[in-house]
Order: sequence, then structure tokens, then C-alpha cells
Amino acid sequence: MRITLVQLRAELRRVAGNGEQLLLTLGIPVLLLVFFSLVDVLPTGTEEPIDFLAPGILALATMSTAMVSLGIGTGFERSYHVLKRLGTTPLGRPRLVAAKIGSVIAVEVVQFAVLIPVAFALGWEPGSPNWLLAVAAVIVGTMAFAGIGLIMAGRLPGEINLAAQNGLYLVLLLLGGMVIPFAKLPGAIRAVAHALPSGALADVLRDALGSAGTQPGRSWIVLGIWALLTPLLAARLFRWD
Amino acid sequence: MAAVEVEHLTVRHGDVVAVDGISFTAEAGQVTTVLGPNGAGKTSTIEVCEGYRRATAGSVKVLGFDPATQQRQLSEHIGVMLQEGGVYPGSQVLETVRHYAALYGKGADADALVEAVGLTSRGKATWRQLSGGERQRVSLALALAAKPTVAFLDEPTSGVDVNGRDAIRAIIRDLAANGCAVVLATHELDEAERLADRMVIIDRGALIADGTLAELRKGHDEIRFRSDPELDLRGLAAATGIVAAKVGNDEYVIDAPPQPRLMAQLGDWLAEAGHPLHDLRAGGQRLEDVFRRLTGGDQP
Repeated sequence: MRITLVQLRAELRRVAGNGEQLLLTLGIPVLLLVFFSLVDVLPTGTEEPIDFLAPGILALATMSTAMVSLGIGTGFERSYHVLKRLGTTPLGRPRLVAAKIGSVIAVEVVQFAVLIPVAFALGWEPGSPNWLLAVAAVIVGTMAFAGIGLIMAGRLPGEINLAAQNGLYLVLLLLGGMVIPFAKLPGAIRAVAHALPSGALADVLRDALGSAGTQPGRSWIVLGIWALLTPLLAARLFRWD
Repeated sequence: MAAVEVEHLTVRHGDVVAVDGISFTAEAGQVTTVLGPNGAGKTSTIEVCEGYRRATAGSVKVLGFDPATQQRQLSEHIGVMLQEGGVYPGSQVLETVRHYAALYGKGADADALVEAVGLTSRGKATWRQLSGGERQRVSLALALAAKPTVAFLDEPTSGVDVNGRDAIRAIIRDLAANGCAVVLATHELDEAERLADRMVIIDRGALIADGTLAELRKGHDEIRFRSDPELDLRGLAAATGIVAAKVGNDEYVIDAPPQPRLMAQLGDWLAEAGHPLHDLRAGGQRLEDVFRRLTGGDQP
């Protein structure tokens, strides 16, 4: 436990010292939430855009941290041989992974501690929220996104990984039902969007937080499959050097 | 029991045989140098010993542990210095050494380690701000943070200036003097000659020599000197029976043991012919020549 905490502290210090990652994990979600809540340009289909946006932005924040931030950071650590050197210490892979998960969860807690009050301040009124279900959705979503981030981090060179993670972030943001409702997407793209982890997480969060998801049962299954498969695939494909 | 035991180790990277059935041991309290040209298989060998890379065939034991299956137990006892990198560019020197000292949890004093490698004034500098030599020093400090029983050092003075090299060599000698088995991979002959108690020479993945420098030199004495570029070597042979070979612009080698009479004859002949005599050296071959002889002329 001591060693895991030592590594967790180092991970958190690195996250805190990385301005770009903070912008990605905190700045962009807050900006999107505030902007699109005040400027009613999105076809949210709800009377108050914030009621649609708040769960979607929480899903986006989860994706930012668990996939992009973790994936980019780990990819560069691999390129810089940081993982190789850590691998020769008593830390070991399980405790390194535990420290990274701890770091992701800590950042998500901070994100939600900022985003949820901001959403309430913007007038968010969740119907009858099931917060426990929402937490479960975030945990499962974190597993799915972390798996995707680590698959890319474990195979791609640092700079290409950086570009690929940011590109995928943008694609999932636009297709994912996070800020644009599924109903507004063309038919074929809508089917794809429903099968993506971003869309599934946004949908189950929306359902848990009282805004009624479009097909929450199916979204839970989609999210569960991603959460099961991607970490397994990451463990199999990940190259430490 | 030797601290490191390598037996018939083979490492393949796809179709390429990086290490081809080599065997050697490294003892506690000694510096064992794994010497060879770039691409000889040194790093692959060391990485198997560290538990980072799997052997294709053969066996390796470090302190009795199998690095492939007991890497976690082994990691508590070894210090590792990578050939390059291994630190996040934005990480500060002192912060990084503290992190590793905490990971090992053996009470290593990070400030003292940074001071030992001569980087106290650079403690707040980030990895990206360091020169190549300074990075090597940080890497050594990270290996020392383990308070290792066995230290694997890959090219420890690569890119380090003269003073820095002296400091690093002193630290390595101290490590061995305190009972640590130091396994040092290098392609620098000077490094090996200065530090090694024992040398393991690898070329194209194969072991070609294993022993002390004295053992490797045994039976290969020579007399080496410099003089005018155009010495009459036939005249020298006719007058004294000494057969010398020109090995450089003004450098000559006589393949013979360092007998005083022979050296006196050489000196007399040069004096009578009006030639200078510089840099006279007699005895065992230089490591560079031992290496050339063993590898058939390959450059380290």
C-alpha cells in the first residue's frame, strides 16, 4: 500500500503540473457546459439546455480524464522509457496500474466537484436523480475509456498517440450524444453513436440523473461490453517500451 | 554462489539472434564489465538479468532469483541505470530521486545522492533542462536509491565530461568496495580498462572472452613506441634482429616481451641512426589491441 501511495502522489503531482491536461479535463468541460447552457444553439430538444447538457458533460469529463489524459500521459511515459525504469523498481505493474486508476478517480472527483455545482448554478434541475447509479455508470465508463486510452498508449509512438487521442476525443464528443442528441444524428451515424462508449455513458448518465435516456438498458449493455473488452485488450496489447 | 549467473543465454528479436548462448558470472564486490561493439548484445543481456526482457533460451539467476518469474522479489535488491531516458521531461532532479528513494523504501537520502553525483546546484532543474552528462548522473542516483546488492549500469558515462566521468567511476568503485556486484555494460574500452575487475567480451551476440584484464593480456606482450614516420625497419631487423611493425603514422609495435636488453638495443639503434624515441611502452597489450585481436578487428 505504501508503494502504491508513493506512486499515486507522483501521478497526481504530474497531473497538477501539466497545464494542458488540466485544461482538457477541467477547462473544456466547464467551458462547454457554461457556453452551451447560456447560448442556446444546440438542438438539445429540452426546454432548458442545461438539463440535457449536464449529464452529457459529466460523461465528457469522464472520457477526458480516463481516456485522453491517462492515454496521453501513459503514452509519453512509455516513449520516454519512464515505464521501463519504473518496471525495475519494487512498484510492479499491478501497483502502477492501481496508482494510475487512483489518479484518474481523484481527478474525476475534482471534476465533478466543480461541474455539478456549476450545473446547478446554471439552473440544472435533475428530475429524481439516482446518484448511486450515476456513480456506477462513471466507474464502468472509466474502465471502458481507460482501456481505450491504454490500448492506444501501449501501441502508438508518443506524438502519434497524442494526435490520435485528441482526434478520437473530438469524434466521440460529436458523435457521442454528449452535446448533440442522438435524435439529431443521421440514421447510420446514430446507430454507430449508440454503439460507442461515449454515447452509452451519456445515455445511462442521463437516465440516472433524471433526464430520461433514449435506451438505457441497451446502453448499459454496450457500456459493459466496452468496459470488459478494452481493459482486457489493453492488457494483452500493451507494450511497456 | 555468484551474484549473477548467466548460462547459455540466447535472446532473439524475431529472426535476429541478439545474444547467442553466452555464459558468465558476476561476483559480489567486483565490477564485471560486459564489453562489446554497439549491437553486440550487451543491453539485451543486461535486460534479461533485470527481468525486463525474456530469454529465448538458457537461464539467468540474480541473487538466486529467476528474473523472468521473480522480478518483483528481485527488484528490491537491484539498482538499474538505463542506457537512456527513463524520467519524465518535466520532472525535477531532486523530486525524481526522492520519488525513487521512496519507492525502494530503504531510507536512501535523496539529497545526499544528488550531492554524491554532483548535482546539488541542479536539484530544481527539470530533466529536459539537463545536459546528457547530467542526465546520466541522475540515472546513476536513481540506481543508487535502491541501495543495491546488484547494480546493472548500462553505459554509465556515455556523454559525461571528464570530471563527471571521474566522479561516476569513483561512485562505481565505492559500490563494489561495499560488496555490491556491479555489472556494467559499455562499448568504451577506456571505461572497462579503468573499472573492470573482470571483463566479459561479447561480439555479434557471442561470448569471445571472459576474464581479468591480466588474463586477457596473458601471452600477448608487446613493446610500443613512436619515432620518425619513415624508420628503416629492415635496417633495424638486420642490425639487431628486432622485428617491428608500423601501426600508425609514427607508431611502431614489436611483438615481444619487455626484455631490458631488447629495449636497450632498440634505443641504441635509434640513437645511432639519429631518430627520436617517444612514448616507449612495454608490457601487456592495450585493451584496444586485445579487443581487436579477439574480435578480428571490430571497433568497439
